Amino acid sequence: MAENLGHEPGSSTISGTPLVEMRDMSISFGGIKAVDHVSVDLYPGEVVGLLGHNGAGKSTLIKILSGAYRRDAGEIFIDGQKADIHNPRDAKRYGIETIYQTLALADNVDAAANLFLGRELRTAWGTLDDVAMEAAAREVMHRLNPNFKKFKDPVRALSGGQRQSVAIARAIYFNARIIIMDEPTAALGPQETQQVAELTKKLKDEGIGIFLISHDIHDVFDLADRVAVMKNGQLVGTARTSDVTKDEVLGMIILGKCPKGAKPGPGAMASEEAA
Amino acid sequence: MSTSSDIKPAASAQPSTQPRSIIQALEIDTRMLGMIAALLVIWVGFDIFSGGNFLTPRNLWNLSVQTASIAVMSTGMVLIIVTRNIDLSVGSVLGVTGMIMAVFQASYLTQTLGFNHPLVWIATLLAGMFIGLLIGALQGFIVAFMGVPAFIVTLGGLLVWRGAAWWVAQGKTIPLTDDNFKLIGGGANGAIGETWSWILAAIAVALVLLATVNARRQRKRFQFPLKPMWAEIVTVGLASGAIIAATWVVNAYTLPPALARRFAKEQGIAIPEGGLEISFGYAVPVLVAVGVGIVMTFLAKRTRFGRYVFAIGGNPEAAALAGVDTRKITVYVFALMGMLAAIAAAISTARLTSATNAQGTLDELYTIAAAVIGGTSLAGGAGTIAGAMLGAAVMQSLQTGMVLMGLDSPLQNIVVGIVLVLAVFIDTLYRKRAG
Repeated sequence: MAENLGHEPGSSTISGTPLVEMRDMSISFGGIKAVDHVSVDLYPGEVVGLLGHNGAGKSTLIKILSGAYRRDAGEIFIDGQKADIHNPRDAKRYGIETIYQTLALADNVDAAANLFLGRELRTAWGTLDDVAMEAAAREVMHRLNPNFKKFKDPVRALSGGQRQSVAIARAIYFNARIIIMDEPTAALGPQETQQVAELTKKLKDEGIGIFLISHDIHDVFDLADRVAVMKNGQLVGTARTSDVTKDEVLGMIILGKCPKGAKPGPGAMASEEAA
Repeated sequence: MSTSSDIKPAASAQPSTQPRSIIQALEIDTRMLGMIAALLVIWVGFDIFSGGNFLTPRNLWNLSVQTASIAVMSTGMVLIIVTRNIDLSVGSVLGVTGMIMAVFQASYLTQTLGFNHPLVWIATLLAGMFIGLLIGALQGFIVAFMGVPAFIVTLGGLLVWRGAAWWVAQGKTIPLTDDNFKLIGGGANGAIGETWSWILAAIAVALVLLATVNARRQRKRFQFPLKPMWAEIVTVGLASGAIIAATWVVNAYTLPPALARRFAKEQGIAIPEGGLEISFGYAVPVLVAVGVGIVMTFLAKRTRFGRYVFAIGGNPEAAALAGVDTRKITVYVFALMGMLAAIAAAISTARLTSATNAQGTLDELYTIAAAVIGGTSLAGGAGTIAGAMLGAAVMQSLQTGMVLMGLDSPLQNIVVGIVLVLAVFIDTLYRKRAG
């Protein structure tokens, strides 16, 4: 049935079953349609940039996928199988990890406790194995941020970049297959932004599918294989980054105008208006 | 994602060689150190102003017994406040569970099992704890699943359970019938004596040593930076010293001669020349409180439950996004608080040897004050069990000291109130500085 919909012309070069397929997702809050019949998909080893203004519904859409929100309508398929995602635990079971814009760290506990939050390592006695967790944290943090030393401090005491490293470490440590990054570089300096870009490429090479969410096209365009643009809760359209220019994508974001290289969605401006 | 094996975990864990301050090397919580210092200042101050009546074995022993009930409840209040909640109902829950235990014991258990049957005290206690657990779970359920703020739910609970306590026995005072149960409250018989006190002290010192060695071995296993050896020795030495000193104090408090003679007669001990000295040793309620403190510290620090409690306090949204079932944890925390209120009820009921309708009135405020003085942040996410128990000791020391000084009770309330505000103010300053 996925073939019949055929709503993704750009995906023809990446064959096989999509890793994630979100179909006709809708959610409203108090009568406001935050996400309105949006369909997007993601293939293994692919980076899909999810773009749009603040308030376009990007974060809300991915929060449905990560289990933070419950959708009103629509279906999610993982590997072509219908997925039941009702809470963050369900999402993690499907190998979906999320780096939230707010980082979603418990400020009062240390890096290892945050890294393993909800999935603590335990000893044979069922107690927390803090030493093993610290060891694992040291290893993964060393790869991401070799200068990181503050393993005993609550993450409150860390810099923006260090906190970001902790959030990223948490997403990649548990063998994720799908990673959602919500404005991952918002709090970072140029060097750290570059590190995140390199990490994204590395993860992509490992066959992980990545949703990269941003309101800034420059963060995303060079990294993404495809972009999906949202406006007012609706999908303006999707496009392969090789088929469109940055300016055209900007037009999608700002005006909702779908260029030739893109596949228009329900939120696209009617073509006569665009002309 | 596959983990690259070219980097060993040890690579990032060079032992730090920079010079560190003594406090840092000892890894002592400065806030805790400050609290202990404050407590000592209060003790010495009262001793001077009361003409040497405060720092006597007798007064310190009584102080320890009087602190027990609030100390037990304060350990639960820490977790409640850490999760950004509050429980105003603990005094009333203490009242109703105490009343239920007394009625259950006097009207059912003793009648069916027989007078001073060894099962009576344990059945009474378990029944009380179960009722407390149910009450707490109910309140927690309303907070977590029905979305009513904890302040309101437990404010309602304060009235409901106080009223319920009256209903249990129509306002009557119910005397306890079981002598074993009364031991939980302390008193002349409710202490374990000199020999057992020293045995317990020896076990405690051994455990401290064992825990230190074990922690060191664990860190060595992963080649983490270790505490310097001298710091380990100082820490263990201080802890052991405190245990030995406390044991010496409770053993220095001896039975009054008349009671000692009666005790000797009952036990068939010959009275030696120069009078008989029978030490009280640790009081049972104090041991109960210490035991509760250890269990609660274990729960808070070494279990998933404790980790989640603190994570929720630090950032509820982050905890939920990480897959923590925050509502379930909230119910557990309130249920635990209810159970601890019942244990406190057992202590205070046994101490009075009867359950009264007004029992536990205002205890919620002392419990909250103890937790807050002990460094629990009302903003959530921060607090320690040991701190709260120290806070309970501070509160009780103030009250006892003022009684010894002969201060009027209205004045006592004024002082306690001012100290509470002052303590939180100092804590706020500390937090600003420490960041």
